[in-house]
Parts: sequence; structure tokens; C-alpha cells
Amino acid sequence: MTMTSKKTYERPVIKKLENNMPNKFGTRTIFEPISHLEGQAVNDLIAKYGSPLFVISERKIRKNFRKARQAFETRYPRVQFAWSYKTNYLDAVCNIYHQEGSWAEVVSGFEYDKAIRNGVQGNKIIFNGPDKSETDLRKAITNHSLIHIDHLDELYMLQDIARNLNIRPKVAIRVNMDTGVYPTWDRFGFNYENGQAWDALNKILFSGMMDLVGLHTHIGTFMLSPSAYAVAASKLAHLAQSVLTKYNHEIKYIDMGGGFASQNTLKGSYLPGSDISPSFDDFAEAITTALMNSDYRPKNPPLLILETGRALIDDAAWLVSTVLANKRLSDGRRSTILNAGVNILFTAFWYDHKITPAQPFTSYTEDTAIYGPLCMNIDVLRESVTMPLLNKDDHMVIHHVGAYNMTQWMQFITLRPKVVLIDEQNKVHVIRNNESIDNIRSLEHVPDHLLNFE
Amino acid sequence: MKIKSNIAVSDNGFVFNPASGESFMVNPVGLGMLNMMRKGQSQEQIVAAIQEDYRAEAMTIERDLLDFVEMMRQYRLLQYDDE
Ligand SMILES: Cc1ncc(COP(=O)(O)O)c(C=O)c1O
Repeated sequence: MTMTSKKTYERPVIKKLENNMPNKFGTRTIFEPISHLEGQAVNDLIAKYGSPLFVISERKIRKNFRKARQAFETRYPRVQFAWSYKTNYLDAVCNIYHQEGSWAEVVSGFEYDKAIRNGVQGNKIIFNGPDKSETDLRKAITNHSLIHIDHLDELYMLQDIARNLNIRPKVAIRVNMDTGVYPTWDRFGFNYENGQAWDALNKILFSGMMDLVGLHTHIGTFMLSPSAYAVAASKLAHLAQSVLTKYNHEIKYIDMGGGFASQNTLKGSYLPGSDISPSFDDFAEAITTALMNSDYRPKNPPLLILETGRALIDDAAWLVSTVLANKRLSDGRRSTILNAGVNILFTAFWYDHKITPAQPFTSYTEDTAIYGPLCMNIDVLRESVTMPLLNKDDHMVIHHVGAYNMTQWMQFITLRPKVVLIDEQNKVHVIRNNESIDNIRSLEHVPDHLLNFE
Repeated sequence: MKIKSNIAVSDNGFVFNPASGESFMVNPVGLGMLNMMRKGQSQEQIVAAIQEDYRAEAMTIERDLLDFVEMMRQYRLLQYDDE
């Protein structure tokens, strides 16, 4: 056999030189192949656990968390993070944050139960969101959880339940406001500028049936402006001082919500997210300075709570996938179809995810559209990206997928893949198994008259 | 799949079309295919010759050759019977 003496094949490509100067083969790809994730070969991971596959790094999660905590703790005496369950509520992931000292921030009965089952103490669960059923609220009150009231109907329901149970619920209100960033998120909570928030606080304090423990806001997501947080912190501090002046009541905490931008690149953004996203230090500086400079003068400084989600986990996970096929589009552009689409990469709707081959490639590149495998036109991972020449069965690594994908994924035409966690000793653990057709069918029922057909 | 006769191709893969003033680069496999096309070799001959030199299956090479030819057509480097 002369096989070994043969050269490595690369598919033929012809590329137009735009400036008529033969200056190398067009733009060089700016990235390197990513063949290993946390010491594990991508090829081995796929061979063992299948493709596509979510891969999460415990080391990166802990590192990001410690960096964020340090940014705040060096500037403010009392800081508490609460892990935003909706960002990624795989139990193993939540427990890493809980081991690091995070409380839980949940927005539904389902998430609440998950936190309880993970072993989080009731008084360390923050219950946000507009959808809390009476059953949810009873549970939360009994467990002394921190209930963040979203609207007046909830406030009245809480009062009723409190009267029946004869327990004083621990509550905060969610405040929405103009921070100079538009559109403002005014759907959730009570508005600051038009006086709704102040009215709600008066109702709570007048009723005497609830313990007002905090003030909460969540001003938006993927916020690129630390100064918006400074505005929000001053407004909450001002409300706190009004409560102190009128009722001689000190709130225990100010919860600034989440929303810090991650290192991802927003779709249509000219500059990569890694260049424009502010650091934890930038956000911490803005928030803590605004709090300390505010007119709020309590005896005990309030605890500063943060519900940071995406900025803590986005870059701690990858989605590895496989090239199914290459096609030429009618305009001459190359297109590559991967076996992972928007069904499991929901954030492809928001971000231009960085995608890199897992095997070595040469400097020849082509403008490529990258699609998922769904039979739908919207299944686009990248509309146009400079890519080396990809071959069927090549492995690809999609970066910064830790936030929202493993919660917003959908079971459309295929089953969801495994999720593995690589621990700090580079050991691999399956933390969520792939779905099987039996999992899905076990929820269905076919009535007798529909069982048979010719 | 005949290449226009006035197209210039250098040994290192630089392609120049004097009629349009446009220039292109091809990678080594592409250069090999292009040169065989210029010599008027058939698709089967080209696939067989590439397979001699490179580790790849005939099916893969044939598919890629057709795509490559399509790109050359897009770039107006091919000669048509009616031209
Ligand atoms: C109330 C609340 N807190 C925290 C978060 C986490 O936000 P992010 O992932 O943008 O930090 C969200 C997300 O929408 C939220 O609604």
C-alpha cells in the first residue's frame, strides 16, 4: 500500500483577490483550531458521548464566579450573589454556584422546587417573576423565602395568604425605571418615575402584614452600559431612604438583578463582544460608587445582591458538533450544514457565536454560511463567516453557549443531546443524559380508537 | 468544462483573467484540477489523477470537482460553446 505516501487532501478552492494583489490567500483566519477542551480531545468526547454534545467547564465557572465576587467585595462590605436558575438550571451547574456561596434566584414554581431539591435553604431563595401561583406563594412564605412582588394582584394575594397562614412573608418589590437605556423594561414590577413603586411600598408598610426586606430591579439583559446600573442603584437607594424617613424602617438588601453583558458578540455588532463588553470591575465600580454616594443613610449598609446570569457562565460552555454536508448557494457562497441548529442553540438568534474547527486546517478560507439541520429557513448559526475549508464529518466547536441554551432548547424533530461537565481534575461527568424516544413517548397517550389503521 | 484559453495560471496558484483584469488564488488541489482541465482531461481522468496523489475517496473528489467547476463558472473563467 502506498497510502501513507499520499498527500493530505483538501477540497479545491478558488478565491477572488479583491485588490488584485496576490497577498497570500485573502484574509487569514484569525483563529486556531480548538482540538481540546479542558484537556479533553474533542474527537474523543464525541466518540464517547456522541455529537452534538454540550461541554461545560467547572474550572471556568468557578473562576468567573470568583472574579465577579472579588470585583464587588473589594468595593463594598456586604455582597451576595444569587444564581439565576433560568440561565442554566442543570442541578450540577447550580450546585457549583451554591458551593461557591450563591443563593438561588428563581422565577417559577418549577425553578423554586428545583432549588429546594438541590438543598438550598428556603431563606436563601429569591422568588422573582410575574407567575407565582397561590401554591407557590404558600410554599415560599412557609419556607421564609424572599418574595419579590411583581404586581398589585400578587401583593393582594400575598396579604390574603399571610392572613390565613398567620406568617409574615418576607418581601421586596421589583422596581422598573428609566436608566437612560432604551427600550426600558417596564413590563415587570412597579415603575419608579410615575410613583407606582412608592405606592406599592406604602401599601406594604401600611398593611403591617409583611416584612419589607429589600428592593429589587433588573434593568435589562446584555447591558453594555455600567452607568445605567449607577442610575438604577441611586434610584433604589433613594426609595430606601424615603422608606427610612417615613417609616423609620431599614430595608436589609438592595438587589441589582442581572444583565451584565457577556463576552459574546451581538448579531450585527461590528466589534466583537470581547472588545466592547465592560468587565465585572466596571459594573462593580458603577454600582458600589452610586450606592455609597447616595443619600441613603441607614445604620447598617444594605446587603448588595446580584443575580448575574449570562456573564458568569456564557464562556464556560461549548457545543461540539459535526459537519453533515457542504453546499454551494445560488449566489456562489459556500454553506455548511452542522448537526446542531437553533433547536439546541437558541442564542444563535441573538449572537454571532464564534465557531472553530476542531482539527487543523490550512490558510485557505471561504465566506461561508453555517446552518443547522432543521428543515426550517430560520435555522441559521452564522449568516456569513470566514471559514477554512470544511469537510463532511469534521468536528466544530461553538463557543460561549453556557447561558440560556440548556434551558431554552426545544425538542423539535430530534432529541436533545448529552451535557457533560469537565471537573477541575479534567474528569468528564455526564450531567444530563441524551433524551430517548421513550422519554418523549412516555408522556403521550393514544386513545383506543386511534390505535389501529390499515 | 473548458477553461477560457486566455486565462493565465502560475505555478504557485495565481490565476489571472486578462479580459476582466480579475485575479484569483487556487489551493494546490484546485491548481492540479485546473491544470488538467486546461489540458482538456475528462472528469474521470482528473478524479483518478487526484486520487493517485491524495488520500481521499473518488466520490469526495468528484463532488468537490463539480463544486470547483461551479465556482469557476461563477467567476466567468469557463469557455462556453456559444462564446
Ligand atoms: C429577574 C432576573 N434576574 C436575573 C436575570 C439574569 O440575567 P442575565 O443573564 O442577563 O445576567 C434575569 C434574566 O432575564 C432576570 O429576569
